[in-house]
Amino acid sequence: MLRNLSQLPRYRALIQSLVARELKARYRGSVLGFFWSFINPLLLLLIYTFVFKYVMPAQPEGTDPYPLFMFCGLLPWTWFSASLIESSGVLISGGNLIKKVLFPAEILPIVTVTANMVHFFLALPILVFFLIWFRAPLTVFELAWFPVVVLVQYVFTLGCALILSALTVHFRDIRDILANLLTLWFFATPIIYSYKAAPDLARRFMNLNPFAHLAISYQEILFFPGPFGHWKWLVALGVASAAFFLFGYFVFDRLRDSFAEEV
Amino acid sequence: MTPASTSRPAIQVVRASKLYRRYAHRKQFATLKSALLTRSLISNLEPEETFTALNDITVTVPAGRTLGVIGRNGSGKSTLLKLVAGITKPTSGTVTVAGRVSALIELGAGFHPEISGRENVFINGIMLGLSKREITRRFDEIVEFAELQEFIDAPVKTYSSGMYMRLGFAVAIHVDPDVLLVDEVLAVGDEGFTHRCLDKFAEFKRRGKTILLVTHSLGLVERFCDEALWLDAGRVKGSGDPKRIVGAYITDVETTEEKQLAADDARARESATAVMVSPDEPGSAVLPDTPIETATGPADMFRAAEGRWGSREVEIVDVEFESGGGTSSHVFRSGDPMTLKISLRAPLPVDDFVIGVGIFNAEGVCCYGTNTSIESLQSERLHGDAEVRFSIDALDLVEGTYKVDVAVHKLDGYPYDYHRLLYTFRVKSRTKDVGIYRPRHEWHFSGEMTFRRTDTSGS
Repeated sequence: MLRNLSQLPRYRALIQSLVARELKARYRGSVLGFFWSFINPLLLLLIYTFVFKYVMPAQPEGTDPYPLFMFCGLLPWTWFSASLIESSGVLISGGNLIKKVLFPAEILPIVTVTANMVHFFLALPILVFFLIWFRAPLTVFELAWFPVVVLVQYVFTLGCALILSALTVHFRDIRDILANLLTLWFFATPIIYSYKAAPDLARRFMNLNPFAHLAISYQEILFFPGPFGHWKWLVALGVASAAFFLFGYFVFDRLRDSFAEEV
Repeated sequence: MTPASTSRPAIQVVRASKLYRRYAHRKQFATLKSALLTRSLISNLEPEETFTALNDITVTVPAGRTLGVIGRNGSGKSTLLKLVAGITKPTSGTVTVAGRVSALIELGAGFHPEISGRENVFINGIMLGLSKREITRRFDEIVEFAELQEFIDAPVKTYSSGMYMRLGFAVAIHVDPDVLLVDEVLAVGDEGFTHRCLDKFAEFKRRGKTILLVTHSLGLVERFCDEALWLDAGRVKGSGDPKRIVGAYITDVETTEEKQLAADDARARESATAVMVSPDEPGSAVLPDTPIETATGPADMFRAAEGRWGSREVEIVDVEFESGGGTSSHVFRSGDPMTLKISLRAPLPVDDFVIGVGIFNAEGVCCYGTNTSIESLQSERLHGDAEVRFSIDALDLVEGTYKVDVAVHKLDGYPYDYHRLLYTFRVKSRTKDVGIYRPRHEWHFSGEMTFRRTDTSGS
């Protein structure tokens, strides 16, 4: 396993070009092209804002301006959930590569997660726009944490993607389970509501949710004024994510030999 | 060339076996729930009912040699190739390959349809182990080899399958591998491209690269390979000199075909007999007053399927094909002698009878037909058992499967026993000429004209 893992940096160029291919291919043939990376989250934002401001005005306290608050959690979530959904099918749809070309299979989920990260980055300008528009209270010190959160999320998502992609080869029903699970997970994470406004019991549950800490971190850095107080949780999650990634890689490596036969 | 024994092996397969899981009696789609409940997540992944694709194979290919792998469909050729390519791992045994491997297994696997040929060349090249700089250097050469200069910037989905394959081949071949694995890719592409591929392979050979070639083109193995390996049902059935191995393989294929045709023949005869002779009156067939329905043939003689009819006043008891040596056979080489042996039985003496034979090809075209009357033989007497031998000195037919009519009837056409297309034989040929009949021929050339024998034909 470690030997395979140490080989991984050698495939940097391949991962790079596959990510580029993924991005190019996704919007090839559509009129707006890369703009969809902006438009999609923007539309989502409009819908949620409309619902929670006008249809069901139950805006939790301390979350004003609400669009900005929600966007801080929604963008990372989109990256996370899209990565998982795509990577659950990636070994099956990339079966040709695994069966016919000598190809380290873990590259496929890695490419999926990375490509979605690039989408996340492409949507960031909107976030920046909102930050400026609403004059968010930002400090350089807090912003320095931003790449750390992104890195932790990347490692954590990779771990999930590796496990999911490997298991889905054997249990195709994971894909269906996953869609429902992600909906549940979304509402269990303080994205459309605030962690601070949640009741005590719910908070205790949220502490068990790794993505809750990511969302809170994003919100504290970009939205809430005051110093970034959640950093201890974030560092702990970073360490746990690294361990989880290794575990995911271990599972993937164990199942690797079966891919060529099963997909 | 360096003697095989002294050079370093490029491919070494030692006692390798490959088991595949069989799904026949298992639930194909195990559910996560059941796996979790029975805690069999891992044990479930271990093969229970298995199919042995390769069984204890040991192969050594010294560097710089070309090995041709032949065998029937399902004999494990492609599995062996995948093991050597490292795409799958052997269930037991070891596979070691020295140097960079390029596998021409599926050309263009990994091309993305939406992006241009140019970008695909880069990505495919990187997948196959080239660096970006190496690809840039070889890019023009690749495009030129694929003959896609005009289309290289168009998305791959707009390519024809030939263009797609050419590009895939061009990339794979320009990876400059030490070991090249080729799986039947020459079957695609047009004549010109096939030749250029062969030239490229020859160039590889000259440069001392190792090639493992899986193919059904036996001529290619004989001409091109230093050694041949014959796989049969996952085992090595023979290895060594290509000519000898290919010869043994052809003989084996013929024997199998022979058995198959014999079985088909027996079945056809049985079913024809079952239709004709009613079990409650076994003697009726010999009586002259047999009902007229069974005594006449189908309305349209030319569209008739196989069958048997006639009054059975004279019965065709048995029909056999014999080879030149006098042994019963169903497979003949084009140009070989063949004898059709017909056993007749006439319970009562008859004097008006004609014996006819017709040969039809698979499309139902009558290749040849004759009878004793046409050839001015006036029947005189037939009683009891008799045997007819219809001998052909040279069966000058092109390759294919042929069916035979054998009949005994009156001069006016009234059938005694008509066997329609009940007997099958097969003609094999090393030349893939076309048509029906192969006249004995030779080519002579004069003037400023030379040829080189290539023999790209298969078996």
